[in-house]
Amino acid sequence: MASGNDFATGFTNVGRTRFWQRGFLATQSAYVLAALIVLIFIMSLLSENFLTAGNISNITRNFSFIAVATLGMTLVIITGGIDLSVGSTMALSATITALVMGGLVAAGFTPFPGATMILAILAGLGTGFAVGLFNGFAIAKLKLAPFVTTLGTLSIVRGLTYVATYGRGAYPSGPDKDFFIAVTAGRLFDLVPVSFLYLLVAAVAMYVALHHTAWGRHVFAIGGNEAAGRLTGVNVDRVKIQVYVLSGLAAAFNGIIISGWLGSAPANLAQAYELTIIAAAVIGGANLAGGVGGAAGAIIGCVLIEVIRNGLVLARVDPYWQQTLVGCIIVAAVLVDRVRSARSG
Amino acid sequence: MALLELKSISKHFGAIQALNSVSFSIAPGEVVGLMGDNGAGKSTLVKIISGIYHPSSGELRYEDKAISIPNPGAARALGIETVHQDLALANNLTATANIFLGRELKHKFGPLRLLRHNAMRARANELFNELKSETRADDLVKDMSGGQRQAVAIARTRLADAKLILMDEPTAAISVRQVAEVLGLIHRLRDAGIAVMLISHRMPDVFTACDRVVVMRRGSKVADKPIADSSPEEVTALITGAKEAA
Ligand SMILES: Nc1ncnc2c1ncn2[C@@H]1O[C@H](COP(=O)(O)OP(=O)(O)O)[C@@H](O)[C@H]1O
Ligand SMILES: [Mg+2]
Repeated sequence: MASGNDFATGFTNVGRTRFWQRGFLATQSAYVLAALIVLIFIMSLLSENFLTAGNISNITRNFSFIAVATLGMTLVIITGGIDLSVGSTMALSATITALVMGGLVAAGFTPFPGATMILAILAGLGTGFAVGLFNGFAIAKLKLAPFVTTLGTLSIVRGLTYVATYGRGAYPSGPDKDFFIAVTAGRLFDLVPVSFLYLLVAAVAMYVALHHTAWGRHVFAIGGNEAAGRLTGVNVDRVKIQVYVLSGLAAAFNGIIISGWLGSAPANLAQAYELTIIAAAVIGGANLAGGVGGAAGAIIGCVLIEVIRNGLVLARVDPYWQQTLVGCIIVAAVLVDRVRSARSG
Repeated sequence: MALLELKSISKHFGAIQALNSVSFSIAPGEVVGLMGDNGAGKSTLVKIISGIYHPSSGELRYEDKAISIPNPGAARALGIETVHQDLALANNLTATANIFLGRELKHKFGPLRLLRHNAMRARANELFNELKSETRADDLVKDMSGGQRQAVAIARTRLADAKLILMDEPTAAISVRQVAEVLGLIHRLRDAGIAVMLISHRMPDVFTACDRVVVMRRGSKVADKPIADSSPEEVTALITGAKEAA
């Protein structure tokens, strides 16, 4: 009988993985980040306005508008799901926030400065929570397909947004209006959009949750092999409900931010944003088959889309090319990933 | 004294009768082989004991107490560990993450519970050494060979102090040498007083590793006897139905 060591060295059927084949460098996110850096370099050569403080601040604000929702979407995609209802959730949450703020003032309920704003934002976030809970329950407990379920809520929630304001939209109003605009659309030192700071906090929280908690392990496990998760005692249904709730909350948060910047919550707010958000998540490396994705990738995807849009405007190219270019980048990103995994696998 | 006792366990899925009043028991440190053709109900039996399915009727007794096993966590709490037929691994996770899935080691960090990556990796490496498997704790399962996957699934059963380990076809997808390692492990488990239920299609596995053989056919137990009193020919006849019962 061979000794343990002989035995072990006898079956080296998998080579040691090299540094570029593991960790962040092995992910699609890293390739897209490299592409983004090249793109930023080219843009800075094409337009001297691109790398100005003002323009960078604008880009940062614009991608922050969808990036928190993209973090939520990424969580859902990692579990192998999809959430098409985020654009509608953004609109309804912004609308409810504006309506509650106005309603409290009209009812004379202004106990202390900021009270109407705080209650209104909580109502808006509660709206996102409720939509997410509905999606999660239908998908995890009733076993409905995520695509169909959230396609339904996309329509239901958008419809409710129109019904709530007779299609006219709503406006943040009352004594806390300026405060509301400051916390949603303000800039720190007249430069750093507060929305970007919120994004950083959310991204760090998501990173820690995904990579340093058991919950994050379970999110990845469900996307990799849901049945294995169940067999090993992971509470699959609960985790699934949680990711849809987080996606709803994240969308609500971004919807409220956007309404602060617009100064209004039109009923068509964030119409079709679900597609941009899914595109950003996928470009950033989230795999629609489940099991792969992360916070950094989600943000990289959002930045890339915004840099392209911004660059096209500065270069005086018809901005309608943006959609076409973003589409090309989606295909290119998954193609590069495919070629890479075919080589190493 | 029996460790685990099944009394008239039946299980049906709609019109399909997967188990039909099956009774049997396993003593501490005993290695029982469970054989039968595809669809005989072996995996269903395993899943009932590991808390994934609930019996339609019948009684389970463990260490002389009537019990129910509502979920996989409850089975583990009793000291019952399982290597499932499809191994139940998440391909996108590392060996370590799979071994500790559902029972991760955590630091308490204020309100947070953060993963103890190093402690889990060290324990995983220890387990692979014990299993004499060259499986690296940090490798993703999707990059692994059949034998390495098997090692991960078996390592998972060695995390806690198990009293009963169920192995559903652990040797189906691995090389001859790795089969010898798994059978060697089963011997060591028995020496440590751990009971093993081994499901296999391979007659030599059962006849080298087991003390007793149970044969199932179409949901019913048709034989239950010491290995010494049986033969591969008899078991084959029982599996196919050429021999009704023994
Ligand atoms: N979840 C299930 N739903 C419906 N039928 C099932 C299910 N699990 C097992 N069965 C049926 O029960 C019978 C026994 O299956 P199984 O226990 O997997 O057999 P074995 O492991 O012996 O090959 C088969 O007819 C199978 O189709
Ligand atoms: Mg089976």
